[in-house]
Amino acid sequence: MNLQAEIPLDYMIVLSTIVFFVGLMGVLIRRNLITMLMGIELMLNAVNINFVAFNHYLFPNRLEGHFFALIVMAIAAAEAAIAIALIINIYRQFNTVSVDDVDELKF
Amino acid sequence: MTGPKIIFFILAAAIVVFSILSIFSRRILRAAIYLLFVLVAMAGLYYMMNFQFLAAVQLMLYAGGIVVLIIFSILLTSQIDSKLQAPSGSHLLAGGLTAIAGIALSASTILEFTFKPSTETAVGTDMRTIGLQLMDTGVHGYALPFEVISVLLLAALVGSIFIAQKKKV
Amino acid sequence: MNYSYTILILLLPILMFLFIGLMGDKMKPQLSGLLGTSGLLVITLLSYFTAFNYFGHRVGESFQAIEAFQLLWLQFTDTLIIHIGILLDPLSVMMLVVITTVSLMVHIYSLGYMKGEKGFARYYAFLSLFTFSMLGLVLATNIFQMYIFWELVGVSSYLLIGFYYERPSAVAAAKKAFIVTRFADLGFLLGILILSFYTNTFDFIALTDLNGLAITQPTTAVFMGLSVTTWAMLLIFMGGAGKSAMFPLHIWLPDAMEGPTPVSALIHAATMVVAGVYLVARLFPLYSYTSPDSLEVIAYIGSFTSLFAAVIACTQLDIKRVLAFSTLSQIGYMVVALGVSGYGTEGLGYMASLFHLFTHAFFKALLFLGAGSVIHAVHSNLMTDMGGLKKYMPITHITFLIACLTIAGIPPLSGFFSKDEILVAAFEHNKIIFAVQWLVAGITAFYMFRLYFNIFWNHTPEYHHAPHESPATMTIPLIFLAVASVFSGFVPFHDLVTSDGNPLHTEFHWMIAGPSILIAVVGISVAYVLYAKKNSKPEAIATSLKGIYTMAYHKFYIDEIYLFITHKVIFNFISRPIAWFDRHIVDGTMNLIGNTTVYFSGAIKKMQSGHVQWYIWYFTSGVLLLVFLVMYLN
Repeated sequence: MNLQAEIPLDYMIVLSTIVFFVGLMGVLIRRNLITMLMGIELMLNAVNINFVAFNHYLFPNRLEGHFFALIVMAIAAAEAAIAIALIINIYRQFNTVSVDDVDELKF
Repeated sequence: MTGPKIIFFILAAAIVVFSILSIFSRRILRAAIYLLFVLVAMAGLYYMMNFQFLAAVQLMLYAGGIVVLIIFSILLTSQIDSKLQAPSGSHLLAGGLTAIAGIALSASTILEFTFKPSTETAVGTDMRTIGLQLMDTGVHGYALPFEVISVLLLAALVGSIFIAQKKKV
Repeated sequence: MNYSYTILILLLPILMFLFIGLMGDKMKPQLSGLLGTSGLLVITLLSYFTAFNYFGHRVGESFQAIEAFQLLWLQFTDTLIIHIGILLDPLSVMMLVVITTVSLMVHIYSLGYMKGEKGFARYYAFLSLFTFSMLGLVLATNIFQMYIFWELVGVSSYLLIGFYYERPSAVAAAKKAFIVTRFADLGFLLGILILSFYTNTFDFIALTDLNGLAITQPTTAVFMGLSVTTWAMLLIFMGGAGKSAMFPLHIWLPDAMEGPTPVSALIHAATMVVAGVYLVARLFPLYSYTSPDSLEVIAYIGSFTSLFAAVIACTQLDIKRVLAFSTLSQIGYMVVALGVSGYGTEGLGYMASLFHLFTHAFFKALLFLGAGSVIHAVHSNLMTDMGGLKKYMPITHITFLIACLTIAGIPPLSGFFSKDEILVAAFEHNKIIFAVQWLVAGITAFYMFRLYFNIFWNHTPEYHHAPHESPATMTIPLIFLAVASVFSGFVPFHDLVTSDGNPLHTEFHWMIAGPSILIAVVGISVAYVLYAKKNSKPEAIATSLKGIYTMAYHKFYIDEIYLFITHKVIFNFISRPIAWFDRHIVDGTMNLIGNTTVYFSGAIKKMQSGHVQWYIWYFTSGVLLLVFLVMYLN
């Protein structure tokens, strides 16, 4: 179905903006590495909504946004895998996953 | 209030509320589950916009893959019992200000611009069209990104195994 | 006539200095000595050749100044240029002969005197450096080049006086010489600057040109009552007074006897101390035409110095000190002669002064080298440790006697002729100065023969080992210089070196010559009576003149006055506040800047805290800020 009549593009954009910045705040606020990862996933998803919305509203005859969102999802999966591997490694090294305790690279 | 509008508002509300809850929740497993709800709602949004394949991939990959991975890592790092620390005042202030400033800036910029909806005919989003586009090597084809993504996934696979292996002492 | 070979006269000594200085440790000492001496032999022959050529070529009646070599060094304006070059005129050619001859004699003498000393190569290197500097000074074409070499001479003199650097007294003496002459050079530099500012040139030929602007149109600017040109000339003379040890800047010369004796012969008898006389002679037309008042001042200073030094010399026991004060006195003569001189046909004083410079170089060098020979034999500087040496050291005895007779002014030795001309010039100008100089001639004869009789006659003390005559390397220069002292009086100076290059007509004044010979003979006889055989008359006279004797023995306490002024006044009131300022305010500012930087860096480095979240916050807020700035402030 075509949403153009019912829901203006602006709503989608506002939604994606809000989710993106909520995810950013999550990254900044949280102490636990895993919850920081969750914030990053939120940001990536918000970007996905944006791509898909633009594709649907402004370029319905093409599938660019669709494929881009697909690729972003693949990359997000790869990145989440690596991030978990790193978190496991940090946990083995420092016996903690609090981000405050992994500040070795300081002045 | 037509049907799509109501559904959209429900889905949007779910997304926003659950994402905020996910951030502020003090129990880590609950935060993961809220994230799961956000991802499922987003899949619903994609389905509303006629992108069925994408919605299916979202569910499979994110909800079925990444969230499971996150829960595994939570279990592996044995965090389930204790409550997470609350964010400190300065962190909260900094994050909050940045977020609010960012939202204000971005939204005000974008909303000033009037987007002209297109009047072209919509292309089909069935599997056949998507498949043909994906394997196309022409101008609008995605064969190259597809291959590159497969290499990336291979590298990520090997890398994560290597990083997470136990050191042979 | 091509004189460009004269550049070798400057180049050879400096090459010798560099070579011996750098390679001296790696060769046997004798080799470095021979190298230095042979280099000097070459330039002595070259300077004789130059003199022969120069004085053999007259242009018309007079000698012309020739610039044999000129190299542009610094150019300030069209006329204010500092060259490095070689100027040949009667004055500088005469000085060339004097300097190279005496230096050669000292080099040969040192082969014997300094044999076995450690630092032998260093000594010869410094001697070459000194010769180079002195030659550069007299061959300078402009006053700034002369200043450069003036300072070089000061440095070489410091190095040579402080040669025995392990002795604290030698180090102190070297410092004193350098500081006093450096202080005088302050006046010299000020004089140069004032002079060149108003005359707009540094060049000697331009400054002393009788038709040039410097003399025909001197500036009329006046400062504190005196014409600016007089100030400039007096300040320049202050520089000359420092090097020539005029009162009150004479304090360094007696202490400079801490250096080896050949050094005293070269520097403090024949060459460096006459640099002041040379300076005034070089600028003589300026002095004579534009500020004759300064010439009066110069005459009085010279006269006072010669009397002052002669009185002190009568009481000293160290033979080198006696000779040092004698040098002061004789240079006083030269300065007086310049001061009472006119120009051109009235330039008798000028010629007499330079004639005395010429003869004095030889007999004073002879006196010092003879004293060195005696010191070498007896291993002591004091008159009380010597006596009766005439039977042990015949050559030294005869040459020393000749030198003493010369300085006393007995005809037909050279000292008589030159001193006589000075007395004539003084008589014609100022009778008081003439009287003083005549008296000083008598005192000179007295103290020189006091020295002579105490060393060679009188009673023989107990010697540790019998003194023997010095080796040939030391006696040959003595003989050569004795011959020079005898015969140099017959050089027709009045034809060769005069104030304007034209020959001067002189005649023999029996009215002056007679009394001068008389007072010399009186001085010698008094010395004979008191010192030829051991008796108690000297002590009796000393006790009866107790006050004056003590003051003269302590050199009139001038050194103590200087020490008081420097320690109590300058150190406490000037040096201490300046040191405080430097330590607290200047250093404090630097420390403040450093500490501020460290403080701020400490504050900034906390930004790299190692917390990833901070980093993320930094860059996201930075991006937002930039976006804000670009969009809303554009």
